[in-house]
Amino acid sequence: MTYPAHTQTGWLFRPDFGRLCVHLVLLAYTALALFPIVLILINSIKTRAAIFADPLALPTMKTLTLVGFQKVLASTDFLLYFGNSLYVTVGALVMIILFGAMAAWALSEYAFMGNRLLALFMAIGIMIPIRLGTVSILDLVVHLHLINTRSALILVYAAQGLPLAIMILAEFIRQIPGELKDAARCDGVGEFKIFFQIVLPLIRPAIATVAVFTMIPAWNDLWFPLILAPSDETKTVTLGVQQFIGQYATDWNSVLAALSLAVIPMLILYAIFSRQLIRGLTAGAVK
Amino acid sequence: MASVSLKQIRKSYDGKTDVLARIDLEVAHGEFVVLVGPSGCGKSTLLRMLCGLEAITDGIMSIGDHVVNHLSPAERGIAMVFQSYALYPHMSVYKNMAFGLKVAGQNKAAIAERIKNAAAILKIDHLLERLPRELSGGQRQRVAIGRAIVREPQLFLFDEPLSNLDAALRVQTRLEIAKLHRQLDATIIYVTHDQVEAMTLGDKIVVMHEGTIQQAGSPLALYQQPNNLFVAGFIGSPKMNLFACTVIKATPEHVIVRIGNGATVLVDVDGSAIKAGANATLGLRAEHIEQGQNGSEVFRGVVDIVEHLGESNTIYLRMDDGQEVVIRGDGDKSVASGEPLVFSADSNAFHLFDDQGRALRRLYPGNMVSSKRKPVGSIRPMEIAHINGSRR
Repeated sequence: MTYPAHTQTGWLFRPDFGRLCVHLVLLAYTALALFPIVLILINSIKTRAAIFADPLALPTMKTLTLVGFQKVLASTDFLLYFGNSLYVTVGALVMIILFGAMAAWALSEYAFMGNRLLALFMAIGIMIPIRLGTVSILDLVVHLHLINTRSALILVYAAQGLPLAIMILAEFIRQIPGELKDAARCDGVGEFKIFFQIVLPLIRPAIATVAVFTMIPAWNDLWFPLILAPSDETKTVTLGVQQFIGQYATDWNSVLAALSLAVIPMLILYAIFSRQLIRGLTAGAVK
Repeated sequence: MASVSLKQIRKSYDGKTDVLARIDLEVAHGEFVVLVGPSGCGKSTLLRMLCGLEAITDGIMSIGDHVVNHLSPAERGIAMVFQSYALYPHMSVYKNMAFGLKVAGQNKAAIAERIKNAAAILKIDHLLERLPRELSGGQRQRVAIGRAIVREPQLFLFDEPLSNLDAALRVQTRLEIAKLHRQLDATIIYVTHDQVEAMTLGDKIVVMHEGTIQQAGSPLALYQQPNNLFVAGFIGSPKMNLFACTVIKATPEHVIVRIGNGATVLVDVDGSAIKAGANATLGLRAEHIEQGQNGSEVFRGVVDIVEHLGESNTIYLRMDDGQEVVIRGDGDKSVASGEPLVFSADSNAFHLFDDQGRALRRLYPGNMVSSKRKPVGSIRPMEIAHINGSRR
């Protein structure tokens, strides 16, 4: 018996124009998204003259210089700013995940008075940008004597990230089969233990998603550090970079070097969380 | 192990309509009780109330000598096996079984000992280090049972534990649960919607419908003497044939009724609670009907559909008044659709229900010689009468 030619190659290897198009579009988008980052990276290791002569050119042996990195690492408080950014971001992240998951668990698991109202209140928090409340926040921070402290930033970023975190986590917690919690209750496990030992491990992918979504705006923010914590001891990286940008002359080498360095912690955190983004952890729990 | 007693248990979510009402049930030490009923009858709710996952609106529930109405699941000394197994997906089999014990503050050596014993009973020793997702359905089922066993509970609760298994595995696991019951000498309350599971496993079957207990008793009692139309229709497969009829004559020795096509049928039931002229329902199980006219009551019909099962045929007939009848016919006798067929049954095989659906007492409730077990033609009706004891 003979088979038609196309069945021997198999459908897997046939050129699929639909898939090709999808990949082309995605590749184009990737190029677009990576372009500014690549531009920063290649210019951060070029001389000032070369940056202005041809911003798009790759560094050559003649134009290669690390003067920007040297300046940033040696002559400024950059490491302090770096530490401040990390402290604020991680602090906010921990608060958002811990309290966000707890609130999400409460909203999705327990029926109590005002449950719906509270969920709606949180949803409004997603829709209204926190910067609209800057004046009141400043007022509040001043009265709490938290002005020029990193705690003020942590609190503000936690407030900014919580609504979305609660929304996402509640959705995931709702997907955990009820019988799992019932089984734990039959085993005599307390509600706190159920939350920390059953629920939290099961929503790890969601937590990773929330972490990625909330840490990037906190790390990149310029607005609140400028208003709430502009002192030299509490400056974050984004604010610290501003010192290289002058009214008349901008030290582009240092700016680009600082920005390049600022990407690194985000990349590391992202790498950690993206491992957790892999789904399918609940497979095998129930049929 | 312990006995369980439910007195006038009621459950209502909104305070107006009762999901469960007037539930009275006594479960003896070591008894295997099966709650059975169609979906929505409240059997799972009752199980969850026993477990402590649902509050009890009214009534007294006791396990052993203790009233447990307000005790948490852990304090009741129960263990539950869930329909979906509900294994903790991020924990190994060992940790799944150990978790509850660890929370209860047992020491490590004692936990290891208990898990070793349970694993040996269930033959899952080699799976202890695996994660639930690496197990087959049947293995997960065993782990779920193992997690219940290690807690050494006073009472086991099973919530439709077999419904996620395929047919072959279901039969096998059913046998194993029966064996386990012997081995552990455990009091078990088991929920299912499958009447075959109920009949095969239960020492006592509790048939529920619309939040009330319709009848509780041994499998044979429920099969031979169902209390009402619902139980009659629910227990037995295929379903009992039901004929609308009118009572012509009622005596304590027998009742004569007229069915839809005008034929009269003599039924061996105690007719003292019913009067001539009343509407009633006649019931007859498919397996108590035989092909041919050997039985004392003879009917005629035309074959609609035949299902060949090998050892028997399930024949769907239509009588001349449109009444549908299901017969379990002899597997060796071929029957074709559209064929006219004569069938019959003995008077003692019939059930009779009054206009409220309540059953009248059957006078000879013992199992009739089923048409499929009897070599056709080898036993005459007189001999059947002889086997069942002389009557009439």
